[in-house]
Amino acid sequence: MTAHVPALLVVLPLLAAVLVPLLALRSVPLAQLIAMLSVGGVILGAGLALRRVLIHGTWHYALGGWAPPWGIEYVIDPLAAGMALLISSMALPALLYAGPVVAAWSAGQVGAFYSLFLLLVTGLLGMVVTGDVFNLYVFLEISSLAAYALLATGGIRAVVATFRYLLIGTIAATFYLLGVGYLYAITGTLNMADLTAQLATLHTSSAFVVAVAFLAIGLAIKAALFPLHAWLPDVYTYAPAPVSGFIAAVMAKVSVYALLRLLVFVLRAEGAAGQALLLLHWAAVVAVLAGALLALAQQDLRRMLAYSSVGQMATIVLGITLGTPAALLGALLHMLNHAVMKGCLFLALGGVQWRTGQVQLADFVGMGQRMPLTMAAFGVAAASMIGLPPTAGFFSKWYLLTGALEAQDWLAVLVLVGSSVLSLIYFFRVLEVAYFRQPGVQALQRELPWRMLTPMVVLATLVVLLGVWNQVIVTQVLQYALPHGVAWPRT
Amino acid sequence: MVMTHRPLLAILLPLCAAGLILCTGRRPNLRDTWTFLAAGGQCALVLSLVPAVVAGQVVDTAYVELLPGLALQLRADPFGLLFALLASGLWCLTSLYAVGYMRAGQYPRQTGYFACVAVALSATLGVAFAANLLTFFVFYELLTLATYPLVVHRRDAEALAAGRKYLAYTLGAGQCLLLALVWLQHLVPGATFQPGGVLAGKAAPGVLVALCLLGFLGVGVKAALMPLHGWLPAAMVAPTPVSALLHAVAVVKAGTFGCIRLLHYVFGLDVLQALGADMVLASVAGATILLASVRALGESHLKRRLAYSTVSHLAYIVLGAVLGSPAALAGAMFHMVAHGCMKITLFFCAGAIDIQIHRLDIATFAGLGRQMPITFGALTLGALGLAGTPLCVGFISKWQLGLGALQAGHAVFLGILVLSGLLNLAYFLPILLTAFFGPGGSGAPSREARALMWMPLALTAVLSVVLGIAPNAGPGLYHLAWQAVGQIMPGTAPMLLGGAP
Repeated sequence: MTAHVPALLVVLPLLAAVLVPLLALRSVPLAQLIAMLSVGGVILGAGLALRRVLIHGTWHYALGGWAPPWGIEYVIDPLAAGMALLISSMALPALLYAGPVVAAWSAGQVGAFYSLFLLLVTGLLGMVVTGDVFNLYVFLEISSLAAYALLATGGIRAVVATFRYLLIGTIAATFYLLGVGYLYAITGTLNMADLTAQLATLHTSSAFVVAVAFLAIGLAIKAALFPLHAWLPDVYTYAPAPVSGFIAAVMAKVSVYALLRLLVFVLRAEGAAGQALLLLHWAAVVAVLAGALLALAQQDLRRMLAYSSVGQMATIVLGITLGTPAALLGALLHMLNHAVMKGCLFLALGGVQWRTGQVQLADFVGMGQRMPLTMAAFGVAAASMIGLPPTAGFFSKWYLLTGALEAQDWLAVLVLVGSSVLSLIYFFRVLEVAYFRQPGVQALQRELPWRMLTPMVVLATLVVLLGVWNQVIVTQVLQYALPHGVAWPRT
Repeated sequence: MVMTHRPLLAILLPLCAAGLILCTGRRPNLRDTWTFLAAGGQCALVLSLVPAVVAGQVVDTAYVELLPGLALQLRADPFGLLFALLASGLWCLTSLYAVGYMRAGQYPRQTGYFACVAVALSATLGVAFAANLLTFFVFYELLTLATYPLVVHRRDAEALAAGRKYLAYTLGAGQCLLLALVWLQHLVPGATFQPGGVLAGKAAPGVLVALCLLGFLGVGVKAALMPLHGWLPAAMVAPTPVSALLHAVAVVKAGTFGCIRLLHYVFGLDVLQALGADMVLASVAGATILLASVRALGESHLKRRLAYSTVSHLAYIVLGAVLGSPAALAGAMFHMVAHGCMKITLFFCAGAIDIQIHRLDIATFAGLGRQMPITFGALTLGALGLAGTPLCVGFISKWQLGLGALQAGHAVFLGILVLSGLLNLAYFLPILLTAFFGPGGSGAPSREARALMWMPLALTAVLSVVLGIAPNAGPGLYHLAWQAVGQIMPGTAPMLLGGAP
């Protein structure tokens, strides 16, 4: 059984996605339980896989017994296993949280919702474990299609946002597919390891530049790297709370992961791939500040968090493109930390909206008294976003800053500090209104049901624990997830 | 090397108390008991460290590793212990006073108030016992966060504006300090505070200048060096016990404490002297001493006048730290204690006056000195001490500072100290003259505030005289200061009046 863990990581949620809508027609709680159990199984599997690859090294798994490069190969290294663990671990709280949200829906709707959610998880997991560039495209489309449908459940505004997202997302996926097509045309292979082996022929070819350009642009759109971020704010704003809590935590990150995987691990930052990283670096420098400034301009807190994500995704890309060991560690640690804290923020905000209908900054007066635990979770995650010690966000900022200093990239240093000053302003604004403005009338305290409260409290606790024990993660996992022997020119 | 968890306990105790305070908010007497227990317990824990430290042992314990080679590490050295003793000792007295003040003034949100003060004192002790810059930074930021709710305690527009200003200054400075910290770790991985500094020969002059700028911007805000002082007068909207303990002792002294830590335990004076940065800093401090005194003259609101006086006296400490002679450094360290005792007395008096007549305009004090003799007597002692009158504790530190200026060969700073003493008199004497010899009888007759308020202020006033006569009384604070100087500048012996010990 454990020999097939790589396949099970994808198959388990896929099977559950088929099973859940049928079960929901008989018993909704059972369907919810099965959905959560399948994700729990994936967490277990990803944990096992991580443990194994840390001890025995990269795990190659030929799907269906077809040997690569002809068959599809799943390749699990510490980075992929870590991402799989992160995705599944963020899916579980979102699923638990979804319970009260969907309580008023019909059984058919609930079944469809959980099924789509599991398909989204399947797609994202597939993207991280696959060792095949075309297979990655397939999973990218699975996750995207599931995401479009999930978003559309968020009401009439969401439908419009979804349509826009669908257009942009399809263009991005097509760009990616074109890039894959060019790679295939040059090398005749779709297997990642095989591509790396044929790099020598690859990067002398002029079509390689086109291929890399298509891949990078397609994935940069998916990763919402400014100025290609246009789809993200609407999507995060109008999606139902459990969905935005999950996709804001991991979805764009999986695209960043794909960028890192392809440009650095597969194409070894050679030739056009190195130049693409350089261009991404400059885009990221601008995007970090642009995201933070746009977040500052928002009165709708969901949009504020969404633009903050634009800035934070750029921070991760910045860390990757800086390319020094500390910067890469910082980028990977920030993927983890940002997932936890942004997930917590969206769940908390979604909870406030669910209970009170308020999402505008001005309406948050007295919220600290009305929903003390929810706002406390929000506050802890916000402190981490600002980068206050000893929360997790502080330590990823530390590594990113060290990386920028190592690279002697003073602009990046300034941008990183500037971004945390800006996030200080826009998050603090919320806390000031929620805790320190006097409400006109004393509102009654009304907390969320436990199924919504537990996930965010756990995530908020995790924000602190991940900070204090970040060394365990860095020294025992992340440093083995770094690309080795790759260096790229930076100017 | 001695391993003990007492520094950690001294930090955790108030944190636990804060939790208990929040849980027992509905029973005020029980709630305030936690504050007393935590303050007393913390003070006892700190005192229990004195014998080991005086005997020359290093009390040092590393906890969880936060970054490669850089742990959350606590160490009790003479200088840190000096600050810890000051903060936790004065917290005991302030707790008594604060209970009296908050109840007399019927302030709302007392539970939140006492919880935040407890967290702030936990952070202050963390700052005092930090063994490396990372640990220092963690508690330094916690101190900012814990004091913010105290600044906005009134929750009105003025308080919120002051709070925003407070956070903008202090957290902005925190970013500078963070960058300095990351850079330091990059240059000297795993560096802890070492007497004499760790940076000598580790970096190019250009890098050192940048580090210096970032570091001193980082700690200079809490030390209220001009032009970074703007938050301090604004923060006077906080309840008076906060102004007394935090904005005259814990927070601002954490800033000056950080200045000395950076100067003598990270950079090393030689490095700064090679850059010429010491004289820049000394000039900034000298200018702050005079300018802030002049600004104090122009303030008619007692608490704001005291705030500018604080700005001026904090610059004494920074000046003493950069002059580079043993006496000046000892004077600077001891002035942390001296100014703490005297300024807290003055703020206690301001609070007592505020509770009794609900006004703090100096012109309205006419004749009040005859109705509140204890309060104004204490105020007189504090004011005279700050001006540097012999037999008050302010004289000891000022004498050392002046002596140090001469030792270092910068007589001009002695001139500044003398001039500042005169300015101190110029802004304190009118208060006393109005209060004791003003016409009086205009408003309703007033009397002393309740015993829970006048007793602490009388105690701190007496303390500032006792320490002025016998600076080594009690735990031997003066000796601790000299012991710290001896570690930084080996081969120096304690001096009191310029000669041999």
